[in-house]
Amino acid sequence: MKHYLTIEDVGIEFQTRNGPFRALRDVRLGVEQGEFISLIGHSGCGKSTVLNIVAGLLEATEGGVTLEGREVCQPGPDRAVIFQNHSLLPWLTVYENVRMAVDKVFGRTRSKVERDEWTRENLVLVHMDHALDKRPSEISGGMKQRVGIARALAMEPKVLLMDEPFGALDALTRAHLQDALMEIHARRRNTVLMITHDVDEAVLLSDRIVMMTNGPAATIGEVLDIGLERPRQRLELAGSAAYNRYRKRVLEFLYERQCRPADAA
Amino acid sequence: MSTAIKTDTFSEETSAVERRPVGAMALTGHAAVPPAPAAPASASGWLQGDALRGLILSVVLPMITFGIIIALWSFVHLKVAPDLPGPMATFDEAVYQFSDPFYDNGPNDMGIGWQVLYSLGRVLAGFGLAIAVAIPMGFLMGMSRTCERAWQPLVQILRPVSPLAWLPIGLLVFQAVNPSAIFVIFITCIWPTLLNTAAGVKAIPDDYMNVARVLRLNGWEIMRRILLPATLPHIITGMRLSLGIAWMVIVAAEMLTGGIGIGFFVWDEWNNLKVESIIVAIFVIGMVGIALEMGMTALQRFLDYGKA
Repeated sequence: MKHYLTIEDVGIEFQTRNGPFRALRDVRLGVEQGEFISLIGHSGCGKSTVLNIVAGLLEATEGGVTLEGREVCQPGPDRAVIFQNHSLLPWLTVYENVRMAVDKVFGRTRSKVERDEWTRENLVLVHMDHALDKRPSEISGGMKQRVGIARALAMEPKVLLMDEPFGALDALTRAHLQDALMEIHARRRNTVLMITHDVDEAVLLSDRIVMMTNGPAATIGEVLDIGLERPRQRLELAGSAAYNRYRKRVLEFLYERQCRPADAA
Repeated sequence: MSTAIKTDTFSEETSAVERRPVGAMALTGHAAVPPAPAAPASASGWLQGDALRGLILSVVLPMITFGIIIALWSFVHLKVAPDLPGPMATFDEAVYQFSDPFYDNGPNDMGIGWQVLYSLGRVLAGFGLAIAVAIPMGFLMGMSRTCERAWQPLVQILRPVSPLAWLPIGLLVFQAVNPSAIFVIFITCIWPTLLNTAAGVKAIPDDYMNVARVLRLNGWEIMRRILLPATLPHIITGMRLSLGIAWMVIVAAEMLTGGIGIGFFVWDEWNNLKVESIIVAIFVIGMVGIALEMGMTALQRFLDYGKA
């Protein structure tokens, strides 16, 4: 059976000075259109490597990735990536950062006016339309990440790849952005693959949580379906038994079954 | 070695940046501090507290320094070396030189203004040629390991050589003094610009290149939309350093080549034993150097977009 996005028996080996290093083995995952998937695991377990293979930034040693039946072999705007450190171009304004992506993706298919409107629409969606002419150095970390999200969304990607998108932000800003992301996901129904190491974030946002074993040779240990109804409210969920059950399952996986040697000592 | 150059330029840069705001901050930085309660809103009110301190720091302290130097100078003039003209004689000479800086009594007798302009012309010609060569070469060196491997040893050998050592080569090849002086400036300017450009290209974060890859930018777009803007601050730093050194080197070069120019003016006045003129020329060279530096700093600030 074919999924919208299929990761098939992916493994990767890096050549290092001390010989080959196996980072991933037998990663198998099918993602349906519109699904929100979180990848969770301890640092160094290869979560980012999985994401980079889907993005096409890294090439798998074995196996491969197909998106809508087509094999992924290079990066492209149909798999927009939101990097942890936002990676906005500092010499462009907020508007120009998004517009550059819009021009590149829709330069041939949409008129100038349409591209301008689409750029603004995406910045309105992330509530950044008040700072169109600001440079990245003039706005806060949370705002930069919002612009990064707008830039990725503006590419109309088939899959949105997020690499610890809120990892570098303080807890309050992170909560705001998580809410914004849920709202956007409800409206646009994007297919999302997000890396996180925040258990609450994973449970709150995801349809399924993919838990990864520790590296080297990391793979998927368990996949947890999150049956919480949407729209989800952070405060209501805090007291919900189901929410806490899911949370506990992930914590058990991370801290009992995949506890790091350093933690055990 | 290129990293060594880079840290050099950065420390230069920060010191240059930090030096300037000190005075300005003292004057304006504490504007939010409420004035002393008793301060009257009279005409002399602005001279209270921090404003007064700022004035002292930015005007009075340098005046004291200059005063000490002039006193020392007078002492050397009166007690040690009577041949060294004193401050008064030099001041008179300065008034004389600046009263008509652009007089022209034929190629052997022109005003100090002309001398400076001829020197500046050579500097800008050599500088322009150098950046036209150094920036593309710097990009190649920063992007391609092959180019870097191929050129790095040559650059490392030639970089520490005084540009004046190239003057005889220039004279031999060009058979004329003016192109030779420009050639020396060209050699002077090429290394800082080349190495800073290469370092700038190498310092581009992987993230920017990942953005380029996700957007599938082609080679030309990567150059124009990522590499060039990302490297520009480094390039300007290299150009600023180049121009500063070039202005120092031109004086020495012109002493050797002769002709019209501030360097030869200094040498000529030495032969005439008009040391007052030399001291005036030193002052003028310094002022022009500051003007060049300020111009490049303004350009740098204009193009600065801050760190992301």
